[in-house]
Amino acid sequence: MTSFWSWWVILLTVITLVGLWWILFANRKRDVGENQRTTGHVYDGIEEYDNPLPAWWFYLFVITLVWAIGYLIMYPGMGNYKGLLGWTQVEQHQAEVAEAEARYSEMRSRYLAQPIEEIAQDPAVRRMGARMFGNECAQCHGADGKGRYGFPNLTDDDWLWGGSPEAIKATLINGRQAAMPAWGQILGDSGIAQATEYVLSLNGRSVDEAQAAKGKEIFASYCAACHGPDGKGNKAFGAPNLTNGIWLYGGTREQIAHSLRAGRNGVMPAFSDTLTEDKIHIIAAYVYSLSH
Amino acid sequence: MSELNAALEHPTYNYKVVRQFAIMTVVWGIVGMLVGVWIAAQLAFPALNFDLPWTSFGRLRPLHTNAVIFAFGGSALFATSYYVVQRTCQTRLISDKLAAFTFWGWQLVIVAAAITLPLGMTSSKEYAELEWPIDLLITVVWVSYAIVFFGTIVKRKVNHIYVANWFYGGFIVTVAVLHLLNSAALPVDLTKSYSAYAGTVDAMVQWWYGHNAVGFFLTAGFLGMMYYFVPKQAERPVYSYRLSIVHFWALIAVYIWAGPHHLHYTALPDWAQSLGMVMSIILLAPSWGGMINGIMTLSGAWHKLRTDPILRFLVVSLSFYGMSTFEGPMMSIKTVNALSHYTDWTIGHVHSGALGWVAMISIGSIYHLIPVLFAKERMYSISLINTHFWMSTIGTVLYIASMWVNGILQGLMWRAYNEDGTLTYTFVESVAASYPGYLVRLAGGAIFFAGMLIMAYNVYMTARRDDTASQTAPAASAA
Repeated sequence: MTSFWSWWVILLTVITLVGLWWILFANRKRDVGENQRTTGHVYDGIEEYDNPLPAWWFYLFVITLVWAIGYLIMYPGMGNYKGLLGWTQVEQHQAEVAEAEARYSEMRSRYLAQPIEEIAQDPAVRRMGARMFGNECAQCHGADGKGRYGFPNLTDDDWLWGGSPEAIKATLINGRQAAMPAWGQILGDSGIAQATEYVLSLNGRSVDEAQAAKGKEIFASYCAACHGPDGKGNKAFGAPNLTNGIWLYGGTREQIAHSLRAGRNGVMPAFSDTLTEDKIHIIAAYVYSLSH
Repeated sequence: MSELNAALEHPTYNYKVVRQFAIMTVVWGIVGMLVGVWIAAQLAFPALNFDLPWTSFGRLRPLHTNAVIFAFGGSALFATSYYVVQRTCQTRLISDKLAAFTFWGWQLVIVAAAITLPLGMTSSKEYAELEWPIDLLITVVWVSYAIVFFGTIVKRKVNHIYVANWFYGGFIVTVAVLHLLNSAALPVDLTKSYSAYAGTVDAMVQWWYGHNAVGFFLTAGFLGMMYYFVPKQAERPVYSYRLSIVHFWALIAVYIWAGPHHLHYTALPDWAQSLGMVMSIILLAPSWGGMINGIMTLSGAWHKLRTDPILRFLVVSLSFYGMSTFEGPMMSIKTVNALSHYTDWTIGHVHSGALGWVAMISIGSIYHLIPVLFAKERMYSISLINTHFWMSTIGTVLYIASMWVNGILQGLMWRAYNEDGTLTYTFVESVAASYPGYLVRLAGGAIFFAGMLIMAYNVYMTARRDDTASQTAPAASAA
């Protein structure tokens, strides 16, 4: 704040406080003997007594004014003046974070030094991880980690980006961005329908054989690059296995056709900015424990 | 016949516009509170949003707040200010046409709000959600209101300006300034605009507006109402003229500073937060000044509370006013706010003011007004007013007590942590724990709403009643 605005704030505050003090004392009247005398004004039959300000109310007002002046001396408020205590909300926050770090970081760094497979067996770690999961992950993956439409189930052994401890931790730290392209423009309606029949056939679903045969050719030229020639997926791209009956975006004929036509862009956010590595290590252990 | 009597008694007053606004106060009260009960039910039973965008919580909530604040509260303020300014200045409104324009203009604003908000057209500024074309209409209506009100004061037939009119005047001027500054926006098309301010400045302007919507629309305006209807109904002089001077000037000087307490522990600079908190605490005494002046006006007339449910409405509203204006400064203290902010406590605090103070003082004033406006001896049924009084009181208490419990529960659950440093509860666990409170709140709101239906029936029967059939109005039957 420039010194002009600082002085502006100070001046307005002082004028307000002084004005309040003045109007309060200017209207003070100790003479209770004049009670029950009216001002002489009459409005539509309403008169007004000239009673003094109630003493307790008068002193309540004075106390809040005096307190206000004291507070503005101790704390920031008067423009750029920092206050005698030098308090800021940022420093208060940093102090509280530092205190918590001092209390818990040693315990957590002990766990950080151990492999995820090992601490995943520790009930204390699982409890801690479950609570962090509840606040950071459950919004999408569910309180039980079983996911829902668009958000993968973390309790089975089907992994989009890999289920090893290292892969889970990498997913948590850096996030993941899936990119299934939209094929509607390229394949056309008939091509989408044929590819859909073929993908359904990979799961043993009853299909139009002729259509599926054409779809197989399409799959080989357009889909196999990510999902593999056998359709079993590729964890390097987060390309899902299309043969095991597990569908992130639904497995009906229309849902699969829609995924092909419009594409999909699943996002797992990166947590490296919100959580320290020792916490991520513990959450990774908890997620690992869900399927092990 | 009876209307002729009234016309002879007050040959110079414009009661038509007062009558229109008084009736719409009851109508919009019912509409706004019905939407409130609905969204309260949605929080307990989310399926009640029917999976439709137009009936989702996010769109109905601003509809509820706009309907109860600006439609119900606004109509009550228009009705009573037009009535009080004429009676206490002993002169007719300066322009019947302009007054009629404010009535129809304000109703148009409300209807426009009721259409656009469920359609999702919003500036997304709390209590100022309406888009820019409606904002312009509000401006025109409000300027007309100011002309009618202050013009009438200028040609008053009494020397002094009565204290009720100071408060109404302060409310009208400040709301105009607040509305113009906070609604400044760049239109993109007819239904979409972007705020003229950015980032933290936008937040600060919004809550400078937001808190003064409370301070001037919902407090100063209703204090004006209090200063006429309490002494009138109690038939006692106002307790202290000098107290009204001190607390009026202190109230309007300090309220305008209090907005930053809505932004504690945010990107708002420390100095602004501190000033907002300091001024909020100073605000306790000026607020209580109004409560004292109202309640002490009853000294010598306390026995009337036994027989007069209208006076009961007025006095209990002042008690809720005193309670919520103690709670407000307390919640503005940073350490208390760290617990209460973002919890249901805030909702409870707002409703102890909105139901207990604003609605109850309005209801009491309208019960006083309706017989006068329809030239009847009294309301159709005094015992129904009494029933309404108890329903309002019980409804308000259930509402605010359940939200206190929920708010403190949520605040404590969110900050609880384990020995290993992890949070004890997930957010959704605090939602599940709030469920019983949501049911009690729904019950309280529904009871309050049902009371409004009783009021509507009582008002209808009063307006319709032929006074010749009444044993309490022999004069009218003789005429």
